Amino acid sequence: MKYIDEFRDGQLAQKLAADIRREARSDRAYGLMEFCGGHTHAIFRYGVQGLLPDNINMIHGPGCPVCVLPIGRVDSAIELAYRPNVILCTYGDMLRVPGSNRVSLLKAKAGGADVRMIYSSADALKIAQENPDKQVVFFAIGFETTTPPTAVAILQAATMDLANFSVFSNHVLTPAAISAIMGSGEARVDGVVGPAHVSTVIGSRPYELFAEQYHMPVVIAGFEPLDVMQAILMLVRQLNEGRAEVENEFSRAVTRDGNLKAQAMVAEVFELRKTFEWRGLGWVPDSGLQIREKYVAYDAEKRFELPYQSVADHPACECSAIIRGVKKPLDCKVFGTVCTPDNPIGSCMVSSEGACAAYYTYGRYKESR
Amino acid sequence: MCLAIPARVAELQENDTAMVELGGVRKQISLALVDGVSVGDYVIVHVGYALNRLDPDEAAKTLALFAEIGEGIAPEFLTPSASSE
Repeated sequence: MKYIDEFRDGQLAQKLAADIRREARSDRAYGLMEFCGGHTHAIFRYGVQGLLPDNINMIHGPGCPVCVLPIGRVDSAIELAYRPNVILCTYGDMLRVPGSNRVSLLKAKAGGADVRMIYSSADALKIAQENPDKQVVFFAIGFETTTPPTAVAILQAATMDLANFSVFSNHVLTPAAISAIMGSGEARVDGVVGPAHVSTVIGSRPYELFAEQYHMPVVIAGFEPLDVMQAILMLVRQLNEGRAEVENEFSRAVTRDGNLKAQAMVAEVFELRKTFEWRGLGWVPDSGLQIREKYVAYDAEKRFELPYQSVADHPACECSAIIRGVKKPLDCKVFGTVCTPDNPIGSCMVSSEGACAAYYTYGRYKESR
Repeated sequence: MCLAIPARVAELQENDTAMVELGGVRKQISLALVDGVSVGDYVIVHVGYALNRLDPDEAAKTLALFAEIGEGIAPEFLTPSASSE
């Protein structure tokens, strides 16, 4: 397929790997964080870590939307799904994330709640139109890539005056998460592989602040294996030369300004929350989005007066430390034993973008360090 | 959730939607977030919405850059060290 196969060429990957090995200095280590779960998935699926020299360590970041949603928000969604007359719609991965007492939306569905897996926010609108006697709630999660489609759904609901549709917004912001990771200084990060699709929306400009503030090289990369390897090479070069710039390897889809139309729609519908709780990062100021007063009619949190309660992670689960890049999946004692993709204890084992699921699925039991 | 691949726009449809083609699979998506898309363009599709158009010139530049890679590399770099697994 065009624009896919060319970026998965194995021979080129070997050459790129050789270039990386040639340029990585043996007298230093390189801790590179791929922020985004899409990159984590690509690194494991194509065995990228195995092509890198021992002194380049890929650290898996918090950019997996399912992974970072705290248990309390999952509990709120489950509580909402059980309310009479409610149809709760959400993206597939969210159905399997365990909330308190290991109850997930899938179990709630088995228990009689009307929970529906959708592919697109437009599907939730359609369900609302088809069920005028039900309250249809879209349990919306994700970073800047999924926020514009949610904004479009709310704007369309307002145009249609669709009174039985609302959104439970859990949208979060990438720059805030990167700042939280950098600010904590827990993980030894020398450079960042910047998100692909998030950057198509927000552009490369927002990363310029970190590059300067933390003297941190950032290379925005596409999700194909050659993209990731080229970004690693570019980061190695920046670090070797003492530069800390924002470079864009994914120029075929990312500009400096991003998608202004999508940004305008998001700004019309959403505003910053003062603070939002993340799994792994705790309460992060200005890191989440809530629906503006103008569209309060479509805000499920207000419509259903949803209470919120913080819930601690399962004591055996290391998801929080893994999300912060401080631990690896193999450091967790339930990884691959009690906790598997079929029976996830923590969120990182649910989504294919979660570090634990990637380790488990692609059999990465040995590591370079 | 974020994993999405470029899809070719096969047909423009009403209400700001389009039919895209992915290796023979056809799917209806929304064009609400992008302007000026034509048939034959490649778009990045995410949860049923085109996030933006792919720039063919920039793609060609990146591929040209890859083609220059690994020229004149000494043989010792062409095999991963045994310990890197």
